[in-house]
Amino acid sequence: MTESMEVLKEGIASGRLKTDELVLNMGPQHPSTHGVLRLELVLDGEIVVKVIPQMGYLHRCFEKHAENMTYPQVVPYTDRMDYLAGMNNNHGYVLAVERLMGIEVPEKVEYIRVIMAELQRIASHLVAIGTFGMDIGAFTPFLYCFRDREYILDIFERTCGARLLYNYMWVGGLSHDIYDGFLRDVADFIKKFRPTVVEVNNLLNYNKIFVERTANVGVLPRDVAVSYGCSGPMLRGSGVDWDLRRDDPYSIYDRFDWKVCVGDGSAGTLGDCWDRHMVRVWEMEESCKIIEQALESFPAEGDIASAIPKRIRPAKGEIYTRVENPRGELGYYLVADGSANPFRLKVRGPSFVNLSVIDEISRGHLIADLVAILGSIDIVLGEVDR
Amino acid sequence: MPKAMNEIFDYLNGLFPEAGLAFDESVPCIIVPAASIKEVALQARDDQELLLDTLMCLSGVDNGDETLGVVYHLDSMTLRHKLTLKVIVPASDPHVPSVDRVWRIAEWHEREAFDLVGMIFDGNSDFRRILLPEDWEGHPLRKDYQVPEFYNGMKVPY
Amino acid sequence: MGLLSKQFDDGNIVLTSVEGVLNWARLCSLWQMSFGLACCAIEMMAASASHNDIMRFGVLPRPSPRQCDVMIVAGTVTLKMATRLKRLYEQMAEPRYVVSMGSCSNCGGPYWEHGYHVLKGVDRVVPVDVYIPGCPPRPEALLEGWMRLQEKVRDFTLVKQEGEHA
Repeated sequence: MTESMEVLKEGIASGRLKTDELVLNMGPQHPSTHGVLRLELVLDGEIVVKVIPQMGYLHRCFEKHAENMTYPQVVPYTDRMDYLAGMNNNHGYVLAVERLMGIEVPEKVEYIRVIMAELQRIASHLVAIGTFGMDIGAFTPFLYCFRDREYILDIFERTCGARLLYNYMWVGGLSHDIYDGFLRDVADFIKKFRPTVVEVNNLLNYNKIFVERTANVGVLPRDVAVSYGCSGPMLRGSGVDWDLRRDDPYSIYDRFDWKVCVGDGSAGTLGDCWDRHMVRVWEMEESCKIIEQALESFPAEGDIASAIPKRIRPAKGEIYTRVENPRGELGYYLVADGSANPFRLKVRGPSFVNLSVIDEISRGHLIADLVAILGSIDIVLGEVDR
Repeated sequence: MPKAMNEIFDYLNGLFPEAGLAFDESVPCIIVPAASIKEVALQARDDQELLLDTLMCLSGVDNGDETLGVVYHLDSMTLRHKLTLKVIVPASDPHVPSVDRVWRIAEWHEREAFDLVGMIFDGNSDFRRILLPEDWEGHPLRKDYQVPEFYNGMKVPY
Repeated sequence: MGLLSKQFDDGNIVLTSVEGVLNWARLCSLWQMSFGLACCAIEMMAASASHNDIMRFGVLPRPSPRQCDVMIVAGTVTLKMATRLKRLYEQMAEPRYVVSMGSCSNCGGPYWEHGYHVLKGVDRVVPVDVYIPGCPPRPEALLEGWMRLQEKVRDFTLVKQEGEHA
């Protein structure tokens, strides 16, 4: 056996034996691509030589719609971009319009928006963690994560009637006021949720098999992450201390005491799949802290809408606004020409940007590791393709 | 030290006196002629006074007056300042030098701008459509775009 | 299950029609092809997760079209995806069913007017058995749609129908 291996190796080294590269198609309908992504893999045996992502299978023309809708009508379409983080998408868009028009929103609105955005972040991370476990081959954590996610969706549903796509944050305010007992429900949820994190940690995150599959896999060095413009847990997993909620503050995030979670490479190398995954786990705790503080200082009285003109027509101008989505920096480049429709609305989706690095970090890994890498990037195709 | 946009403009204008940079106060942004965008971008990234290491967003815009614009939103993680660059090219000859060697993410953003708005980025290492199919005709975010009646035998309008 | 008869003393003997037993077996083990496209796919996942548990209907998500009976088209079908969707549908073995989940795959949904790249209804490329309205439909709505599909399977007959070609 060893002798024949020697012969084989010698043959390859001397060029007498040649290996051909194989092109394999993964997707667009593949259970672990998290949607309709197609990856063209160039393989040498089972080793990945090159990954060519092919997108656009979910290109729903968001930017064209934005040009044909009035400003408030665009809000429901922002929900449908990153459908796991509807609240955060709403938030970014309404902030862009409000900043362009110079609208100040009441304090109560800011508080509700922050609570909603952080609950949504937890819900989105729960999906990311659960499905990542499923990609690796662990089904049970998925059930735990979705169980707790349903509690959050129940709160959303009681507030605005929708489970997934909310259309909740409007320009200058909110669509509905919170219901009686909202604050108690949120506080109860936080109390119920904390033990889940421990459970998921025991089941999945510190599980030997899981760590073996994710540590030292798909290492994303710091400078590459910055050059590719990665953001969110992807960037923080590589050890860059950067969070827009702290570093480019919007809304009322500067009032709360919380810390930015950064990967530390404690399972393997800094910037591997495990680090990216754990940043999400730790971030859920930080979101809980923000929500608790917001509940404590929640203003008892207040309006849920500021006095804004009936027809929203920003003056000619343009603005780039960014918020911290669960997946990273969500930017809206909004150009107004004085009419009732946006002249141009370009979205910088964090998934789109984070996905671009996949070729760089998966070269030299096995196909099975590629699944782990893709899961740790946590893309939402609705936002990649828009 | 973080700089304001007009300070950055004065600084860059001093470095590239012949490039013909202009400052647009209304936005605010720096308007860069297409020919010199690559040098300006490289300088903006590497200059110790600027260190604009992140390309937050690159957008293609159809200005509606026979010109196309490319907007670069830059950000410095270390110095905490931002810069907006704008390149305006005629719609009849929309060639812009690519900056994908400066910020790697520009490659995908430029492909998207080409796909939807239709400017051509010279020197982009993998220049083809990114979202729409390869055999799609036209660039949908042009203001004069007409939606096709059929695509591959499938009716497109409702 | 069709005709249950207790004519015999031995409890293990049941009288029914061949169709009845075949349909009963099929409708209780409809394997679905996990065709998650967009937002609705998340609700489809929620339907198979803890609170709703669609698996009690005998639903197993399978990644390969060759092993599936039902394709749930959950989400927006774009023109780029439509050809792939049709190919996957053709790879499924007969009898096969399609459930169109959500407004987008029913009729284009919110993208019906300006969506230059959106197929306005999946029934333009494949025949649909059950339409589930909603944007996105709740998991309960998916369960309801599933029961409607089971009713349809229950009425399946092997006998050639009038006007049907061989």
